[in-house]
Amino acid sequence: MKKADLVASAVLAILSVYLMVKSMELPIGWLEGEGPGGGAFPFWLSAGMLICCVFIFIRNLRRKSPEGQSTEIFMDRESARLFLTVLVSLSVMIGLIHIVGIYISIPLFFIFYMRHLGKHPWPLVLAISLSAPVLTFVFFEKLLLILLPKGITEEWFYIFY
Amino acid sequence: MELLGHLYDGFAVTLTPFNLTMLVLGVSVGLFVGAMPGLGSVNGVAILLPATFAIGEASPTSAIIFLCALYYGAMYGGAISSIMLGIPGASTAVATTFDGRPMAIKGEAEKALIAAAAASFFGGTVSVVLFTLFAPPLADFALRFGPPEEFALMVMAFATFVGLGSESILKTLFAIAFGLVLSSVGLDIISGRPRLIFGEITGFMHGINFLVLAIGIYGIGEILWTIESTKGKVTVSQAKVTLRSIVTTVKSLRSCIGTMTFGALLGYFVGILPAAGATPGSLMAYGMAKNFSKTPEKFGTGIVEGVVAPEAANNAASTGSMLPMLTLGIPGSPTTAILLGGMIIWGLTPGPNLFVEEEEFVWGLISSLYVANAAALVLNIAFIPLFMTVLRLPFTILAPIIFVLCVVGGYAPTTTMHDVWLMLIFGLGGYLLRKLEYPVAPIVLAIVLGPLAEQSMRQSLIMALGSPVIFFERPLSLMFMIFAIMLFILPLAKKYFTVRNKNKR
Repeated sequence: MKKADLVASAVLAILSVYLMVKSMELPIGWLEGEGPGGGAFPFWLSAGMLICCVFIFIRNLRRKSPEGQSTEIFMDRESARLFLTVLVSLSVMIGLIHIVGIYISIPLFFIFYMRHLGKHPWPLVLAISLSAPVLTFVFFEKLLLILLPKGITEEWFYIFY
Repeated sequence: MELLGHLYDGFAVTLTPFNLTMLVLGVSVGLFVGAMPGLGSVNGVAILLPATFAIGEASPTSAIIFLCALYYGAMYGGAISSIMLGIPGASTAVATTFDGRPMAIKGEAEKALIAAAAASFFGGTVSVVLFTLFAPPLADFALRFGPPEEFALMVMAFATFVGLGSESILKTLFAIAFGLVLSSVGLDIISGRPRLIFGEITGFMHGINFLVLAIGIYGIGEILWTIESTKGKVTVSQAKVTLRSIVTTVKSLRSCIGTMTFGALLGYFVGILPAAGATPGSLMAYGMAKNFSKTPEKFGTGIVEGVVAPEAANNAASTGSMLPMLTLGIPGSPTTAILLGGMIIWGLTPGPNLFVEEEEFVWGLISSLYVANAAALVLNIAFIPLFMTVLRLPFTILAPIIFVLCVVGGYAPTTTMHDVWLMLIFGLGGYLLRKLEYPVAPIVLAIVLGPLAEQSMRQSLIMALGSPVIFFERPLSLMFMIFAIMLFILPLAKKYFTVRNKNKR
């Protein structure tokens, strides 16, 4: 935990500096007759973030904070593997929406998740994977009138409108 | 008398067939979400807010009735898995596990479940009555606020996180500032110029939608968190609820009225504070009930008092957190922060003016709380067998369903894939921050309040020709600022005194 906390505060400090620099695209000082410039609010808050990060880092190094004394590990191997599998499959699902649309990518995601991670029997997996896109379509597109991305499958849906 | 007239009109709004359907639906979803380990009201409201857009634009009252009923239902539902699994259904039901789980192990699961439901109803009713009495005068008072008062009030709201929060002060301050910076992405409200357009991606021009952040953190991030914490197998206790067990349990609760009343009052007032809420409220109620009990040693072994105190408190806190949201435009909890954002999307301006301009909305909402409370009590007890099945639902089925709901929910508000990717990033970031013990609630509150805070600050400064003294000149804003400063100093003072006491010894 100690190491992870140190790395995190360093990364967040860099993020804060980036946000400060980015805020400077707009005036950060006082504009006569206009009040504070458009960049002032984010700039000074990012500066505050930076100060917090620096202190978190220093307190950790001097072992003054609970994180600085913690010997607990951030994530064990097994958890990390599960975590990465979930994260990658989720990203692939979202990526596939761009190409094959949401109605192909949702069932694929269900099949992978329930079969690979859940080890559920095929009939159950297929029942849920195939009913999910139908329910999504009926609820969002028909009931709430929100059109969802369909990628190359766009034409298949013309008959429904 | 005027109050009763308003309430009467409110009930007329709530009891229309459509609104009543929304209410029952909301309570049922809430009970389900609350009963699922790891998911609570905030997750349910965040994930399902996009689904209410179509209703919300036509009738914000129906949409808020649905979401508030969900909020309420989740407070009831949380107790179910606390008792049956020993895993809190939501963080708000942590304290319920202390005595609820031992009761279930002793074979008194049905008694614990009924007592929890009855206490929730009691706490809910007491707090809704308090809400009805307090809200109108508070809104009336808040009508006098100008930009400096509004800004000072928001500073005070953020200060409560520092003064009363349990996380590291530095990390809390970081989270507040980070949320506020995220809220400033997009067009500068005063000069109209674009700012913080990361990587010159045009998707950032319309700003970062608070919902994308909320669904990311409370949808994706929460599930990632739960996947890790529920790896082990769990055992579900058995309970059979009969009419007779209901009657005998409710009768036996007569001796607990004092504990429940105390829990409800404590929960209500703790709930009003932005940083505190149902979780600390219920923990405090449990602690107090134990301290004031004649038999404190029995707490933790499975006694009814230990269940009713936190359950009365967490329902009361959820009502309490709606008070500042509705009257001041300052949410009292992460869930109400999301509700507040929803109200803005539906075209309402939260704050005291609601009581003047949107009477139907305000009183419809208040009266719906009475009805939702009763509906939750009935549905909760009636469907206990159904919840048992729900609790046995493997997480490998539930998790992908929630992920898909998050993706669709993240896409719906703006219909751009940009927001879906952003949501994934926030989900991952929120999970990592939470793991590193950075509080995430202030980030959500800050992104909702950010635009309002910046606007009121800049308007005040323009009014005062750039002198920040304005915040300390006007009596009300001075009062808020003093409270805020006290809250900021509180943790430092506490530390100073503990160190000094140690040295004395």
